[in-house]
Amino acid sequence: MSMINDFVVRFANVNGTGSASANYLFAKSIFRMGIPMSPKNIFPSNIQGLPTWYEVRVSERGYLGRREGVDVCVSVNPQSMKQDVACVKPGGYFLYDNTKPLAAELIREDINYLGIPLMATCNREYTDPRQRQLFKNVMYVGALSALLQIEFGVLEELLAEQFAGKEKLIAPNVKALKLGIDYVHEHFTYPLPMRVERRDLVGNSILTTGNSASGLGAVYGGATVVAWYPITPSTSVAEAFHEYADELRIDADGRTNFAIVQAEDELAAIGMVIGASWNGSRSFTATSGPGVSLMNEFLGLAYFAEVPVVLVDVQRTGPSTGMPTRTQQSDLTIAAYASHGDTKHVMLFPSTPTECFDMTADSFDLAERLQTPIMIMSDLDLGMNDHMCTPFQWDEHSEYDRGKVYSAEDLDTIKRYGRYQDVDHDGIPYRTIPGVHATKGSYVVRGSSRDEFAVYTEDSAAYMRNMDRLSKKWETAKTLVHAPQRYQEKDASTSGALFFGTTTDSAQEALDILKASGIVIDALRLRAFPFNNTVAEFVRSHDRVFVIEQNRDGQMRSLLTTELNVDPAKLLSVLNYDGMPITAETITSQILHHLNQTS
Amino acid sequence: MSFLRPKFRHPHLPTNELGYTTTEYEGSLSTLCAGCGHDSISAAIVQACFEMNIEPHKVAKLSGIGCSSKTPAYFLGNSHGFNTVHGRMPSVATGANLANRDLIYLGVSGDGDTASIGMGQFVHAVRRNLNMVYIVMNNGCYGLTKGQDSATADRGSKSKAGSVNPFESIDLCGLALELGASFVGQSFSGDKEQLIPLIKAAMSHKGFAFVNVISPCVTFNNNVGSTKSYDYVRQHMEATATVDFVPMMTEITASYEQGSDATISMHDGTLLHLHKLADGWDPSDKLSAIHALQHARNEAKVLTGLIYYSADGHELHDVLNSSERPLNSLRQEELCPGVAKLEEINKGLR
Repeated sequence: MSMINDFVVRFANVNGTGSASANYLFAKSIFRMGIPMSPKNIFPSNIQGLPTWYEVRVSERGYLGRREGVDVCVSVNPQSMKQDVACVKPGGYFLYDNTKPLAAELIREDINYLGIPLMATCNREYTDPRQRQLFKNVMYVGALSALLQIEFGVLEELLAEQFAGKEKLIAPNVKALKLGIDYVHEHFTYPLPMRVERRDLVGNSILTTGNSASGLGAVYGGATVVAWYPITPSTSVAEAFHEYADELRIDADGRTNFAIVQAEDELAAIGMVIGASWNGSRSFTATSGPGVSLMNEFLGLAYFAEVPVVLVDVQRTGPSTGMPTRTQQSDLTIAAYASHGDTKHVMLFPSTPTECFDMTADSFDLAERLQTPIMIMSDLDLGMNDHMCTPFQWDEHSEYDRGKVYSAEDLDTIKRYGRYQDVDHDGIPYRTIPGVHATKGSYVVRGSSRDEFAVYTEDSAAYMRNMDRLSKKWETAKTLVHAPQRYQEKDASTSGALFFGTTTDSAQEALDILKASGIVIDALRLRAFPFNNTVAEFVRSHDRVFVIEQNRDGQMRSLLTTELNVDPAKLLSVLNYDGMPITAETITSQILHHLNQTS
Repeated sequence: MSFLRPKFRHPHLPTNELGYTTTEYEGSLSTLCAGCGHDSISAAIVQACFEMNIEPHKVAKLSGIGCSSKTPAYFLGNSHGFNTVHGRMPSVATGANLANRDLIYLGVSGDGDTASIGMGQFVHAVRRNLNMVYIVMNNGCYGLTKGQDSATADRGSKSKAGSVNPFESIDLCGLALELGASFVGQSFSGDKEQLIPLIKAAMSHKGFAFVNVISPCVTFNNNVGSTKSYDYVRQHMEATATVDFVPMMTEITASYEQGSDATISMHDGTLLHLHKLADGWDPSDKLSAIHALQHARNEAKVLTGLIYYSADGHELHDVLNSSERPLNSLRQEELCPGVAKLEEINKGLR
């Protein structure tokens, strides 16, 4: 099988040694050569010293999910060398720093070794200790470019862009690249069987992270008040918002058309969002599972008091602190039913940075239309890794939907304003913004039971009317949230697959693999909770449905079972919960296992 | 159940400059216990806003959970209110304030809501110098759950059931001072002569204005041996309420004897010491304020009146350099950077 534009390179580095920019240079050069690729950063909860990995999958066919097995491993971390040697597929290559000889136990007969004296060379060529460290990284990128046939001009171009304004840094970087290239030319047979060839397969795609896209989406969606508390992997959402807003949201007096507060904890962050939204600003927070746990009480308040909230949940591996720098889709249950009492929350499931942008921007409309929390369920893989995706788009004719808000003029025409009256019979009442009118429209928001006029009451009938109206609103939500995406409609089969978020890439690849062996499976990508009728119909119309997700307990399957009133036996879990992005191999083998058991 | 206050009023009630009577500043009927100190504070808020000619809808009132936090329903019925979750009013007030800097933010809270469950949020609102008035209705106990000690109950204070509080109390004024509050005052719910002007001063202050009001729980903390036993004190405070406190914006005068202490003996035999603001007191001197608070504490007295005031006027919006226009008034054209800009961003990501 050809390994042109189809392989995985893994870099094994020490955290905090400046490897990230060199590894990114490698990944981006492939992207610039028009070849689809997806990088994954596998990093520890640590600032300096622990092992960290960067994996780049190159795929001419455009499969962007993680793939098992490493074709070329670049190992510059003695701590992890044993497992790095072990990860290489038979016939693959192990590129290492041979300044010191490789221990005998690290020698495998079935792989190829490429020893390059990275440290010795850089110690010879550079005097500054920091440069010696950094240019070791650039040197291996140079070596790889020779081995994999990456165009030198592309690397030069990327360095020029990276160091625009700091041009004197370009030459030493180019020199380091050449040190690597020259060494390969003098010592090895090149190129390797796995290599790249220029293509035109990325079109006008962009390369960015889900978190950056969410931050930008919030700028476009009109967020003005942002409150957050630092937590991996969501921190860069608020940071991205701040960076973009500093550029895009400064008024004529040099003041900011936004306010961002690093709160004292997640409880305060969500409280600030609720306060700002109540007061008529578009506001959001970003957090991860532990933050959602802390925000539960406030989410219940927002649900019951009907205050818009936008929350970006960049999920990580739980429970508790779990593996804080690993990915998972395991906040579904807590997010869907956050808080005590009967509560339900709207969730959106982006699968690409483009969707992070769209859904974050859309969520402000949805939150104000529905007057309830909207949670964008991203994850570490989507949020923190760069993904090739379609460019961001904005409809210049679109207008923010501020939902049902009475103005002073509206209030003048109303005899008695009732905050919780179902005027339009869709479960969504009209709200007023503080300060709107001198004598009309005021009320006290509270988490306690109240009647249609927002007057505190413990009357059972009034309480039930309110709860039933909230259920009606939930039905309305089904008509407003993002519809699921259907695949393979023409090849109707008795089996179906449901997936969402970052599972999408690998799930689509798995379905292709199965299809190639004659197993056709219909598929539906969930984009929102509550599920609309399409989802219910999809489950009903298939004998068995594989629910593919990245958690241990099949949380999406539980939601489907609970909300759709379908036979749980029909829903077969396909799971991955090791903290690494799910692979097509995992999905394929689990589906085959299920099919073998049922046939 | 909240009861709507009857709309009928005496036709010759005095009006303020806006043409409003106090009726326009009232809320629904209180459901707190008869004689609760909190009701007096609500009345003081109504009176302060009336006298200051504040348009009621330009005030946003917020609270947490507890007896004190029920009160926003009982004053300023034409203001929007937010009865948040327990101990979390400061964060909601912060978000609200950031969204619209043009309203007056009036937060009311209790000693449990502020000094226990809400301590985290309270201290951070203070250190951000959020532009708001923060009133603690401090009765030293959890009234709504039937009288447990709170964190402001003094060490040695006796509960209704006879147990003695073994823990040190938290001095909220001292804490607020320490954390940079730019206005700190302390008063007593029964002393409306002092409380009303103090609230007025707080409402005209730019920055975080903290007012700790000792407010007796007539039902659960009104027994012999309690240091916050006030139902008898309320009657006596009228007699001793000779404090004349004029809003900061003009000048501070006092009709009581400068530097005098007021000791009120309650009919159950306990004593309350009120230490009135001394002559020559420099309310802008933080060190002297801290010293006086500590001194009063050592003497088992309650220092009331204005304790500290900074005219700095630097509040959170200044720190953030945020727009002088309310953020909630910005239109889509001002918020959304548009298609061309997005295309430029796309270009940078290729």
